[in-house]
Amino acid sequence: MEKEDYYQQLRGIVQPYLPEDVTIKDVTPESHFINELNINSANLVDIVLDVEDAFGITLENDDMDQMQTVNDAIAIINKKRS
Amino acid sequence: MDYNHIIEKLPYSKPFLFVDSLTHVDSNGVQGSFCFHKELDFYRGHFKNQPITPGVILTECCAQIGLVCLGIYLLSETPDIKINDLDVGFSSSEMEFYLSVYPGEKVSVFSEKIYFRFNKLKCKVKMYNAAEKLVCKGELAGMIKNSTNGT
Repeated sequence: MEKEDYYQQLRGIVQPYLPEDVTIKDVTPESHFINELNINSANLVDIVLDVEDAFGITLENDDMDQMQTVNDAIAIINKKRS
Repeated sequence: MDYNHIIEKLPYSKPFLFVDSLTHVDSNGVQGSFCFHKELDFYRGHFKNQPITPGVILTECCAQIGLVCLGIYLLSETPDIKINDLDVGFSSSEMEFYLSVYPGEKVSVFSEKIYFRFNKLKCKVKMYNAAEKLVCKGELAGMIKNSTNGT
């Protein structure tokens, strides 16, 4: 259940950073932030900073490198919160 | 204090180098200056018969001093990093302009770090003219990393 909550919260965080040609409906757990959702690397940093604030966690450079898809992000949040 | 070692690392050269000197650098911000020489080529076309420094060039000057010089300093503070070739990219700018800058004017740029995380540097910048009047201000962000280090 918690995982589903993280997913919904993450969608809310990602939404304002989506470019005009991508809608929230395009966001799935498998979505690749850069290749599929067309989020640039600078906005991906802002998503990470928003994730840190929303979930009260701190990500390291390795986490950032691993955070390629929405599922990757959920896995990192899970790991950091456990 | 001499900050020429930072300026030497800048990935720009004439006619697109808009940093003459740095007067202060620390982990929270940077101050520097540039003189817009009368001979700069864009004055021939901006505007016709009425040379004024373009806003995009003022923004570029703020970015070179405020983001790139500060970014080089911050990267150089990172342990185990020896700066060789830099990858830099401008990612966002939100500027407001108050006064024109004419050929021959010297400006000072003050930049204050908002954050530097995961190679993204975001800063508040302000540019003043020689009379210490505010020329422009805003928020700039860019990605900066050492390309040879691979991180």
